[in-house]
Amino acid sequence: MSRSWKVRRSPATSFPVVCRAVLLFLIGLSNRRPNLVCRRIYTPNSHLPAHRMAEDFRAVTARRAKCGETMIGEGTQSTNQRRHNYVQENVEVGFFTGPTVCIGCKACEVACKEWNEVPDDGFTWIGNSYDNTGRLGASTWRHVLFLEQDCQKGNQITGLMGLSDAQSEDPFRWIFLSDVCKHCEEAGCLEACPTGSIVRTEVGSVFVQNDVCNGCGYCVVSCPFGVIDRRPQPLPDAGGAFKCTFCYDRQKSGLVPACAKVCPTESIVFGRLDDLRARASQRVEQLKQSGYEDAQLYDPQETSVRGIHAFFLILGEPEAYGLPPKPQVPTIYLKSAWTSALLTSIAALIAVLGAFLFFG
Amino acid sequence: MTTEQRLEQLREQAWDKGIVAGRGVDVTGGPIPRRSGYYGQPVVKPPVWTWEIPIYFFIGGLAGMSAVIAFAGLVFHEIDLARTAMWLATIGAGLSPVLLTIDLGRPRLFLNMLRVFKYKSPMSVGAWIVFAFGACVIPGLIALELGTRYSFGGGTDQFLKIFAHLLVIGSAFWGVLLATYTGVLLGVTAIPAWFLHRVLLPIHFGSAGLGSATALLELLGHRVAPLSALGFLAAAIETALWIWLEIDKHGAADRALHRGLPGWLIRGSEFLSGPLALILRLTNLVPLAAIAFLLGAFISRFGWIEAGKVCGRDPEAVFASQG
Repeated sequence: MSRSWKVRRSPATSFPVVCRAVLLFLIGLSNRRPNLVCRRIYTPNSHLPAHRMAEDFRAVTARRAKCGETMIGEGTQSTNQRRHNYVQENVEVGFFTGPTVCIGCKACEVACKEWNEVPDDGFTWIGNSYDNTGRLGASTWRHVLFLEQDCQKGNQITGLMGLSDAQSEDPFRWIFLSDVCKHCEEAGCLEACPTGSIVRTEVGSVFVQNDVCNGCGYCVVSCPFGVIDRRPQPLPDAGGAFKCTFCYDRQKSGLVPACAKVCPTESIVFGRLDDLRARASQRVEQLKQSGYEDAQLYDPQETSVRGIHAFFLILGEPEAYGLPPKPQVPTIYLKSAWTSALLTSIAALIAVLGAFLFFG
Repeated sequence: MTTEQRLEQLREQAWDKGIVAGRGVDVTGGPIPRRSGYYGQPVVKPPVWTWEIPIYFFIGGLAGMSAVIAFAGLVFHEIDLARTAMWLATIGAGLSPVLLTIDLGRPRLFLNMLRVFKYKSPMSVGAWIVFAFGACVIPGLIALELGTRYSFGGGTDQFLKIFAHLLVIGSAFWGVLLATYTGVLLGVTAIPAWFLHRVLLPIHFGSAGLGSATALLELLGHRVAPLSALGFLAAAIETALWIWLEIDKHGAADRALHRGLPGWLIRGSEFLSGPLALILRLTNLVPLAAIAFLLGAFISRFGWIEAGKVCGRDPEAVFASQG
């Protein structure tokens, strides 16, 4: 069987191609640059070629870094983007997550699942605002909260610009906040773990070693924030306890945690804990000046948890975000519980021996 | 039903009950009152433990306190009673690790429990207690049985006797801890209904263990005066603990203990092992009293675990306990 390999070119397709080539040739001759040929973004440096533009950008950010201006939104100089060696230097790191710039895109949830290969745990519709994730769990390490509240957001003006009281609407605000494991200073899960599977890393985060965990489930009830959970069957790696790893694997290689890396508005900021705490209090002041009266930091340092590595800026009360107002690490109950148990033990021994002594 | 009618129905339901059991209908600003916290989502995680753990609590308590009775029996020359009690302790010591292992998410890694010792973790301390109890009870029973059934002559008999005594003392020591540490295990958690009663729980689990060991030994035919006295004591303590639990209420924080399924389980179990067992003993119906106490002690553990699950799912309980 013979087959012809000759390419057949139909006039219908060849004609426009020829026309476009001619048009381009003519335009090229005419030295005009209409949009359809070459799109150029006009910026102050747009006369420069691409590699010069990048150099210029680096120079600008470096200059601003020298003035100590390296803050949020500094491109490659942002702590969310640049490489680091916090693990090698034993620097305490943290997440500072704020709702005021979060746009609720859930990129952090997706990036977390992608990088850590967290299995999907079912597409259930919860229907609470735009939130269908529900809560943090064994297969949800980042969770974007969608909070609908009937109170004012900053200097928000609602309704018909206050033309008349009857027409103006009630204040309403929609808040997004990306929730995550808090990596407590005094971690309930870490203290409770009987296998030594949960450890503290060089950067101060709390890490579950999956190959050591035997799934006893004691960390689940010991976490004051309800973060860690045991992964149910039939998901992959079922039976073990899972939670946010603070992307320890990425951090060891000098990379930023996946959620912070992708956050488009830098609502999640990754960096040195002391820097973040300073930045957070600055941010709260700034917000209060711009009319956000109820802005506050959620970082329970005065309770037995003694501060958290992933802390939050919140508007309003922590209860609305499902955050406990005064979280306590369960180890503070050890003393009274063991005292009771030991006294009961002694009493039981005495009672049994006494019963045999007096009634025997 | 039209959408408007459905909305009206939801509004009526909301005004009546303060809450609507549906999805996507509790948006603020809408007609429906909001659930507390973040859309009523739990703040702490409820326990993932299933039926094995309450049964383990029951068997562990019974076995541990049996070892104590065996020790007392040996001291006061009630050898038959001591042997039966040691048999109960050994069966319990064999079943406990099995139950604990079945409950693990990854049972094949159960030996990791003995990888470290962490005194701050009741689960770790408990795993070591179970291990030490088993290590004392099983050779203890073998030595006791060999010493009482066979005669090897002079030195060997003497050695077996001392060996058995030492192991039974060890069993009693670990046994009494095995019966009470389970209360610490529940008390040192973030579940309000448990940690608010962290002093009561070890006492309750200890006395329930003692009472059930006594009851089972009585059912097995050891109707002796000391056991009867211990039966009275355990039932009296259970009655007192019931009164304590009814007085020591913490409002929304531990309401799971007083209402719904766990409330009725706990109340029913305390009635069975408290007043009912006491009355049956006073009317000299010892076997019935023993059965009532055993049932009560068994149901009580399920009640406490169920209360933890209900309480853990309830955000208001957590907020109330921290308010």
